Amino acid sequence: MVPVDYYIALSAILFTIGALGVLSRRNPLIIFMSIELMLNAANLAFVAFASVYQTFSGQIFVFFVIAVAAAEVAVGLALIVEIFKSKKNINIDEMNSLKG
Amino acid sequence: MHLSETVNTGYYFLAPGLVLVPIVGLLINAIFGKYFSEKVVGTVASLASGTAFVISVLLAYSVSLNHGEVMRWQFLEWIHVGNLSLDWTFRIDSLSATMMLVVSGVGTLIHIYAIGYMHEDVRFKHEEGRFNRFFLYLNLFIAAMMILVSGDSYMMLFVGWEGVGLCSFLLIGFWYEMDTLARPSWANSNAAKKAFITNRVGDFGFLMAGFLMFWHLGSFQFDEVFKAVPAVAEAQPWIIVAITLFMLVGVAGKSAQIPLYIWLPDAMAGPTPVSALIHAATMVTAGVYLVTRSAPLYTLVPQAQYIVAMVGAGTALFAATIAVGQYDIKKVLAYSTISQLGFMVAAVGMGAYVAGMFHLITHAFFKALLFLSAGSVILGLERGHHAHAHHAAHDDHGKGKKKDGKKEEHGHGHDDHGEVFDPGDMRNMGGLRKTMPVTFWLYMIGTLALAGIFPFAGFWSKDEILLDASLHFKSVYGQLTIAAFFTAFYMGRQIWMVFFGEARSDAAKHAEESPKVMTVPLMVLAVLSVAGGALNLPFEGFHNLTHWLSHTLGEVEGLPLNLGVAGISTALALTAIFVSWLLYGRNPLKAGQPDPLKKPLGFIFTGMENKWFVDEGYGVLILTPFKKLSQFLADVIDWRFWHDFVHETVIAGTYNWLSETILSQYADQKGIDTFFNSWGTFTQWLSGQVRKIQNGFVRSYALSVLLGVVLILGYLILK
Repeated sequence: MVPVDYYIALSAILFTIGALGVLSRRNPLIIFMSIELMLNAANLAFVAFASVYQTFSGQIFVFFVIAVAAAEVAVGLALIVEIFKSKKNINIDEMNSLKG
Repeated sequence: MHLSETVNTGYYFLAPGLVLVPIVGLLINAIFGKYFSEKVVGTVASLASGTAFVISVLLAYSVSLNHGEVMRWQFLEWIHVGNLSLDWTFRIDSLSATMMLVVSGVGTLIHIYAIGYMHEDVRFKHEEGRFNRFFLYLNLFIAAMMILVSGDSYMMLFVGWEGVGLCSFLLIGFWYEMDTLARPSWANSNAAKKAFITNRVGDFGFLMAGFLMFWHLGSFQFDEVFKAVPAVAEAQPWIIVAITLFMLVGVAGKSAQIPLYIWLPDAMAGPTPVSALIHAATMVTAGVYLVTRSAPLYTLVPQAQYIVAMVGAGTALFAATIAVGQYDIKKVLAYSTISQLGFMVAAVGMGAYVAGMFHLITHAFFKALLFLSAGSVILGLERGHHAHAHHAAHDDHGKGKKKDGKKEEHGHGHDDHGEVFDPGDMRNMGGLRKTMPVTFWLYMIGTLALAGIFPFAGFWSKDEILLDASLHFKSVYGQLTIAAFFTAFYMGRQIWMVFFGEARSDAAKHAEESPKVMTVPLMVLAVLSVAGGALNLPFEGFHNLTHWLSHTLGEVEGLPLNLGVAGISTALALTAIFVSWLLYGRNPLKAGQPDPLKKPLGFIFTGMENKWFVDEGYGVLILTPFKKLSQFLADVIDWRFWHDFVHETVIAGTYNWLSETILSQYADQKGIDTFFNSWGTFTQWLSGQVRKIQNGFVRSYALSVLLGVVLILGYLILK
């Protein structure tokens, strides 16, 4: 059996890649994908610990995360479509009107 | 309420009517007067006064019915404080009934006369309110005078005393917006103020007397005061002396004695009926009444009596000399009044109260007669002046309008005939015996009565005073005899100047007789002036007034006629009239000619003419220093010191310095403002800094979130 440390390391690597993707990329679609990566990194960690501790709660939590992620993507993509309609592009740095 | 148990018959219940009826007349005229014609207004006022006379007669009858018993009829409660209790009580005895009869009797005749007089007064110009107002004041005067003579305490007397003073003020200043010749000026209102202020000095004396009386005698009520007097006079006679002398100051003010007589001549600014009623017959005799009423006080202090007698005698002589040098017909009578009041005050000062009251009564008759006749003369001249001026204006129209045009522009006022014509100046008169025969005869009767010629009223009353004086006070007798000589002289001078010789002005030439409404009251007064002596003939069984007043004043011995005294005074009076004939009658004065006395007497006559410069003396001694003092107080003390220095500099300056420099500049602007502004600036700076974080870049927000998470996790891990 693969020790849990490897799962956690992989989860950390995936999360870091996702976080860096969110911070560095300008394309919202890529950002979404990076967010998915981070969520799934978290899922991986949940599942890994669930198997270590032999409980279902971690696995059930993963279901919730997947459902929420799907809903979030649906809302986010709709927003992007609306933004594209008004701005004719979806560069994330152009969306800077939310400031004091 | 009956205070006296023995007396319960008579008409005493009518006593409040003495005051209330004139007040009702006043109210009727005040409320409905504007709907009434002149005649109705005058009739209402005269009826009110006449009713008061009828009541006076009934009260006098009641007194005689009860053998002179004093009746005190309590009308209203007034002041009850501590051991002071004052009520409005009517005191009806022979003395007050006598005064009531004189006041309301003469008053009613003057009311009637005034209907005619005020209608014609040139200044009147048919101003309806004025006519009405005149009668309001007259009725108010009758009411106030009734309060004075019927009061049962010194304070009630004082209420009336002040009331008549007010009416005097109102009526002297009746034509307040002009002088005696109807030119726009404040002369008349100044005369009114002079009278009022001079009387304040007298009232001060009265009040001091009242306070002393209450303090030491414990009451204001006549009977209680008189009961308490002998004990105090025994222990501390100076208190009674002080009370009586303070009272004398009041008497000098109201009855125009030295040194406060100066207001009375100026009071001639009032309409002539006022001069007759208030300033000759009634109000000015209030002082004589006061001394007579206070007889129990004066009798106990001979020093005070002596001073009163000397003041009276001095005034009698002094004023008589001034009257010789006057040209105004009313001024002569005014000084004559002062002089005659001097006779009365001297009489009551000597303790000859009956003689004083007797002279008061006869004087009221003949002086009212003289004043009203003088009013008739003045109006007669006015009529002549107007008739003549009108006539002359017509002549001018004939010659051409150009010359007259300028005069016409002034309108038809009083002074549009060139120079202002003075209808009261005796130098403008002369020869009126032919044009105004009725007035002439009336004036003659008044003059003979005043000069003290047998058998007119003045002879008997003056003689009684002289007789008393010759028995007790030789110096007073001397002064009064000389004054009597002057009296006959100036009255003779007046008669010759006014009624004899040739007319010295066109107005006198065209003078017209007065209407019946004026002459009939005069005839009544003339009859009284002739027969008034019958009140107290100095023969056995005749001393009527003496007996009548003895109910109030105690038993007084009626003196028999002293042929020596009567002979001397009559001889002097006749001599004086003869001398006046030599000077003024034999060679009548021509127009523009100076007074024949001017040359032989020189500066003495100038003194008489100018009232011995008493007014000027008062001006230098009192008025100028007073004005200087008040100016000093106003300019320096009040304005410069109090306002400029204390208020402006010290108080306002300190306050301004405190508020502007300390509180505003330092505390507020530098301290509080800086503190709060700093907070504002800091908050602004802080928000500027914080705003930089919120730059709108989603990724930087994400980075912040990441960093935050890392920080929190780091903290949790490293803890």
